[in-house]
Amino acid sequence: MIETDDQVMIEEEEHKLHPVGLLIGFIAGLPQLILPIGAAIFGTRGSDFGTGIIILIIAAVLFLSLFFRWLAWTRFRYIIGDEDIRIESGILNRNARSIPFERIQDVSIEQGLLARVFGLGVVKFETGGGKGDDGKLSFVTVDEGERLRELIRDRKEGAEVVTAEAATSEIDTAPAEGSPIFAMDGKRVLTLGLFEFSLVIFAVLFGVAQQFEFLMPFDIWDIGGWIGIVDIQGIDLDTISWTARILGTLGALISLIFVGIATGLIRTFLREYGFRLDRTAKGFRRRRGLTTLTDVVMPVHRVQAAIVQTGFIRKRFGWHALKFVSLAQDSKEEASHVVAPLARADEIWPIAKEAKISGPTEELTFRKLEFRHWLDHWLMILPFFLAGTASLYFFAGAGIRSALPLVVPLLIGMFGWLDWRNKSHARDKNQIYFRQGWWSPQITIAPQMKIQSVEIKQGPIARLRGLAELEFGIAGGSLEISGLKLADALAIRADALSQIVKIDFAEVNRAD
Amino acid sequence: MEDTEESAALTKLHPDHVKVTRIVASIWMLLLAIPFVIAEVAQTLGDERALPMGVVFIPWMILAIFIVYRLPLRRYHFRGFDMGADRIRIVRGYLFHSDTIVPFGRIQHIDVDQGPIQRRYNLATLTVHTAGNHNSTVSLPGLLHEDAIAMREEIRSHIRRESL
Repeated sequence: MIETDDQVMIEEEEHKLHPVGLLIGFIAGLPQLILPIGAAIFGTRGSDFGTGIIILIIAAVLFLSLFFRWLAWTRFRYIIGDEDIRIESGILNRNARSIPFERIQDVSIEQGLLARVFGLGVVKFETGGGKGDDGKLSFVTVDEGERLRELIRDRKEGAEVVTAEAATSEIDTAPAEGSPIFAMDGKRVLTLGLFEFSLVIFAVLFGVAQQFEFLMPFDIWDIGGWIGIVDIQGIDLDTISWTARILGTLGALISLIFVGIATGLIRTFLREYGFRLDRTAKGFRRRRGLTTLTDVVMPVHRVQAAIVQTGFIRKRFGWHALKFVSLAQDSKEEASHVVAPLARADEIWPIAKEAKISGPTEELTFRKLEFRHWLDHWLMILPFFLAGTASLYFFAGAGIRSALPLVVPLLIGMFGWLDWRNKSHARDKNQIYFRQGWWSPQITIAPQMKIQSVEIKQGPIARLRGLAELEFGIAGGSLEISGLKLADALAIRADALSQIVKIDFAEVNRAD
Repeated sequence: MEDTEESAALTKLHPDHVKVTRIVASIWMLLLAIPFVIAEVAQTLGDERALPMGVVFIPWMILAIFIVYRLPLRRYHFRGFDMGADRIRIVRGYLFHSDTIVPFGRIQHIDVDQGPIQRRYNLATLTVHTAGNHNSTVSLPGLLHEDAIAMREEIRSHIRRESL
């Protein structure tokens, strides 16, 4: 059929990945080869083979890696059909995956440092279903990525099926880019970095240290060994004065803080450099990254809710972050798409407005939740700790120290009170607002139209107290408000439903 | 609109649903009985200072009677649904009460399932799927198969085009 009909040939375009991508994948995969090479060398260490054999081992591992990559490359192809993109892969186990255009949430293009040199990128198709990679083409040219993105968008919209040539020419005639709706300059990125204090580097270092423990001359977990090293340096721990100890601790603390800040700065700079958010004809386009450039397009109608987040310290400086909730995942760590990592309130709301979400107005009244909900929970756990204290006092004769277990409910009570104090909700004609958090305060704004289902839940204690929990089903996120009066929960639900049923969800999502 | 919804009497499930849940519960309890029987035999045979017979078995019997006889009835009593003009409401549980409403317009797809025991009584389970992370599937067992099919068609007529 395909052989005889030219028309079908054009529609069913078949492609291979870019061969240079093979090399990039190979180089990017090199760190993974260090371990097997190291193991091989370690294994032959005792024997008297010399350096020749080591070079041979390394060469063999490298060659095998490249060979299998090449084999996988020859067996990989993707086919653009009328309604879906099909990805066929696998050396022995053939895998053919079909991703209907209709199901593709967004198409992202990611460019690492090396890929950028060659003008290549990884194209990812997000469907929202399943976990991890839905569809991934590593690597194709950036132009091809752009073309796929356009093509998928057009076919999804049910437009005329465009041929490869038509799609390409469309890109050429695309209007010049306007100014972004949000962008971060170098100073802003650095400011964000200051807030992103992170000690993750120590976790990484310890992880690496554990991996390569066998190569180390001493056991890093052996405290005695460490003291031994100090001893060798001619320092007797006992003779160190208290001031020196305090100074030492202080020094360690300061260097820890310094490392934390530096890590935050570097990580943020790498990730957010050149952050730019554009409003395109169909949606939002976000580009960011220093070495790895990512380029994500998200249709406006896929935005299900907005989250405005801040932090304990950044709140003081008037900084916020804006995220959009949608079925597609931003990355492994982040479920929602960050569209403004560090912005002023007057920068946030215009962006949200583009997604048809508006910020809370002055007239909107936020209501606190019922304190008895927290009190009930606290009273539930209290007896256990009281019993603990009592038994310590009477049976163990621990005296004043038996009051120690009471610290736990005290702390829980304190955090519970903070939690209660910072939670409030509001609703207007179109949206539901929910504020929460004291350490990192955030407000979730969900348009009632995008709500999928509403559940009212009551446990045994809540029922006695006339309280209820309200849970909204949102595509890609969650909104749960507990500690409501039952009557309020019912009223909020009735309100939301009267909005939802007006318009069919299919139309909501289709409307632009 | 609100008061028609909240005050609307819930439709009960088919009474045979109790029988189905009892049969399913009995099968599970019988499977669960195996370790209990072994424990009972082991403790009576293994030692002359054994505890009186039934020390393991009688608590199991009480539990089984509760789970097989009492629980299905109780759960049946608190379960109900309401097919509105534009939404389905599913209510269940007493101790842990839950009251879910899914607007037809938000339903992505619908399943009608029939287990082997359900089939004997001509019952079926209706499951609706939404795009939400929470409550992405909401199911309603204990419907007459014809009713479940009719409900599915009714809901389907509301879903003009599946999206997302």
